[in-house]
Formats: sequence, structure tokens, C-alpha cells
Amino acid sequence: MTPAPDSVDAVDAVDVPDAVDAADAAATGSVSVRFLPMGEAAWLVETDDIESVLALEAALAPLLRSGEGVWADVDDLVPAARTLLVVARRTTNLADLANGIRAAAGRATRGAPSGTTTVTEIPVHYDGPDLDDVAAHTGLTRAEVVAAHTGTPWRVGFGGFAPGFAYLVGGDPRLVVPRRTEPRTRVPVGAVALAGEFSGIYPRESPGGWQLLGTTDAVLWDVDREPPALLVPGTTVRFTEVTS
Amino acid sequence: MNRAVEVLAPGPMTLLQDLGRFGHLAVGVGRAGAADAGSYLLGNRLLGNASGAAALEVTMGNLRLRASGDLLVCLTGAAAPASVDGRPVPRAALVEVRHGQELSLGMPVAGLRTYVAVRGGFSVPEVLGSVSSDTMSGLGPEPVRAGQVLPVGDRTEGFPVVDVAGVAEPSTGTVTLDVLPGPRLDWFADPERLAQTPWSVSSRSDRKGIRLEGEPLERHAELRDAELPSEGMVRGAIQVPPNGQPVVFLNDHPVTGGYPVIGVLRSASVDRAAQLQPGQEVRLRWNL
Repeated sequence: MTPAPDSVDAVDAVDVPDAVDAADAAATGSVSVRFLPMGEAAWLVETDDIESVLALEAALAPLLRSGEGVWADVDDLVPAARTLLVVARRTTNLADLANGIRAAAGRATRGAPSGTTTVTEIPVHYDGPDLDDVAAHTGLTRAEVVAAHTGTPWRVGFGGFAPGFAYLVGGDPRLVVPRRTEPRTRVPVGAVALAGEFSGIYPRESPGGWQLLGTTDAVLWDVDREPPALLVPGTTVRFTEVTS
Repeated sequence: MNRAVEVLAPGPMTLLQDLGRFGHLAVGVGRAGAADAGSYLLGNRLLGNASGAAALEVTMGNLRLRASGDLLVCLTGAAAPASVDGRPVPRAALVEVRHGQELSLGMPVAGLRTYVAVRGGFSVPEVLGSVSSDTMSGLGPEPVRAGQVLPVGDRTEGFPVVDVAGVAEPSTGTVTLDVLPGPRLDWFADPERLAQTPWSVSSRSDRKGIRLEGEPLERHAELRDAELPSEGMVRGAIQVPPNGQPVVFLNDHPVTGGYPVIGVLRSASVDRAAQLQPGQEVRLRWNL
């Protein structure tokens, strides 16, 4: 059989309840989801935006912790910009899992504070080599860039680039900047940076193309710590300026 | 006496592996674990080990070990000529290696990765619940070095019940792998081309991914320059970068990726993919 582009729909036709209709979704703030196949033991759940991803993740995380029913098979949730990957054991029943995800999506609330929110303060030396470029891109002064970066709380959106790296979202909308045209071969550990709508902190020395605002002494990743990542899902980040 | 093996020669790359790390994908730590999970598990099963006992994953053979204490060993996965003090020993069978004897593994004649399991497993410190060496994140032990001494543990569950398992050697010819539709199948102009094209395994393949070379896969015209926001990836996902040459993700794949995934290998096919040698021909078969 030829896998035409519409065969994704065939996979989606597992026996799951219909999505709540649009009016219902508006009333409850529930998250609309689209199930994309990702092999024998995972669903790639596509939503509308990062807010929906985080709302869905917040709805699913307690189910994973409960370990009840089909959730006993699920090991990982991987949030990204528009998708949440739900990874289970190979023996799981994917239709049951889709049912569970869809039910949770119906209860999820966009913008609701996660039950496990912690606030982490990150002290930053704002002396990065790209401060002037960021000022030029944004039309702000260096001081205004620092004020904007420290003035609005950020939230951990998702990870994936390296252990302990978190894409921070929800910052000051004036701070949207492109990546550097020439990535650096070496970005120091603790570098605090901007790219697109995101801010991030390099957990270890690595190559990188983000705009560097400064550095922090905060330890982003330590395998001997529990949890090893300083910035876990649900964390709110407040940057503060170190003046010395 | 404490049982151990001394590494006399590690070959091109020998790594400690187990079932891998679970529950850390969201903070950027991948699963890692034995690339050919089936062969790895078989070795532990034959030895009566716990299923997650640590073993050596030997890429391209050429390993030499010396036993300290009497050991029971099992070789699975890639078929490489093996001997104990020069006496040939079989694959997928229980092999006694007595104190002071040398186990030697040649170049594989079929397959890429041989698993050397020992009764009790290797006892090395875990990082985030696993001893697996992750070549992407750098977590877990360094590759095994000459002169290193690896203590043998006590992760047994019962006793060995069979001496030898009848398992086929990895194929040296064209290998056919089973693919399920992926999340971005609809980005591609003619997905059937994935199955029609004879693919060749690039020498630039590793535990992160197997690069396939062949007639490039094309996207629909209107998606040719489209950007996909990064999304979570799984072992076996077939990602297609703009050059149209597919990459099959193996165990140390990046946690997220920004190129469309056309299909995902069935788990058993990923095990077989992990045994492909550079230059070997691959066919992909849609499972719909």
C-alpha cells in the first residue's frame, strides 16, 4: 500500500473520542490536540502554541507520577515549541494512551499556574559581547536591554539542546532578536543569551549562535544534584543584575 | 577473589551499555543504552543476569580482555571470530573464561556491534540510573581504555538454563527494515520513494544516527523552504534534512530535532539497523 500524505489520518483513526468542539474548548480553556504518529511507543501531540504545550504538560505530569493505568507505561514527556512528545514502553496500548491524553487535554487550562511552580533567581553579570548588537536590534540602550531582561519573569518552556539547557519563554516581547549570523565555536559555561523569543543559559562550554548578554555563576547542570537540572519544567526564572 | 576483566586492547570503540536512561528527556538527557537492544538482552538472558546488567558494546571488534577470576561470558550481536587463549568459541553461547585467560575478538564478518556480557554484569557507577555511555551528552563512563579494570558485579536472577541460542547472524547483504508513518510524512512529495530507493549506509554513521545515501527525497514544493519548530525525537525516527538524505536516529540521537520525520522504524528494525556496516545496502518497507 502506498503511504500517501493522508495516511497520517489513517493512523489518527484509532478508536479515540472526538475532540471537544470549539465552543466547549473556549468555555473550558481546554487545549486542542492533534495526534501525530511517532513509532510503536509514542505520540507526538501537536497543539497551537507553547502555552498549550505547557498546559498539556502540566495536565499530564501528575498522571505520570500517579503511575496508574496506561500512565504506568509512560516514561517521558518532551515539550517543544508546538508539540508534546509522549514516550511510552513498547508494550503500551497506543489507543488507550491517546484516550488518556485527549481526556487530559480537555481538562487542561492555558495559562494556569502549574502546581509545582518554583521561582529561581539567576544573578547575571551583564557584560556579554553581544549587548551592543542586541541594543541595536531592539532599539534599546544597553541599560534598557538589561532592564527588560530582568524586568519580566521567564518560564522554562522546554529543553533538548544539551543536558540542563532550558528554552525560557514569556519574557519581554521587545527582546526578540535573531541568532548571530556567525555562530561562535566556543560559548563559555554560564553564558546568558537570547535568540528568537527565547532566553537561555549555556550549561557547559559549547559552540553556539545565540546573542550573549552576560554570564552567571549559577550551576545549571550537576549530575550529583537531585534533580541535576536547575531549570526544570514549571520553573519561573528571574534574572537579576550583579553590580560589583 | 574479586572477579574482573582487564582490558588489554579496546578496539576502535568499546562502550559500557545497559538499557539506558529513562525520565530525563525533558532536561536534554537522551536514552542512550545498547544500540542493538535485542542482542544485548539475549546475552543477559543466556547468562541468567538481571535484564539491565551492564555489558560491553564492542564496535568493529578487535577487543582483547583478560579474566581475573573465573568468568562466564556470552557474545551476542555482530559475528566476530572469537577465541579464549587461541581456542575458537561460539557466538550466543555460554563461554567459560578462566582466571588469567584471554578473550579475543576479531573483526566482525557480519554486523557491527558485538555485546560482551559477563555473568553478574559489569559493576560501574551509574549516572542518572544507568551506566550507559552517551556519546551525545557525554554522560556515563568514558569509552573503555587499554589497562582499565572492569569489576564484575552480582546482578544475577537465577541460573543459565540453555548453553546456546539459535540466533541468526546479522545479514551481510541487503537488509530490509520496517517503517511506520512518521509525524511529518505529509511534508514529502512522494513518500513511496523512501521504499523504492536502494539506500547505502554512509561511513559517517554512529550511535547518534545512521546516515543513508541515495536519490534525495523531495518535499512538496510549497514546503521546500519551510521551517519546522524543533520537536521531540525517538530512536528509529527517520529525519530528512534539506539535502534529502535520511538519517535514522539511533540511541544517542538528539532529544529534539528540527527536520521533518518521514517515518519511524519498528523497534526490532532499529536493532537490525544498529548492526549495519558502512556501505551496506538498505531497503525500507512501509508498514501501514
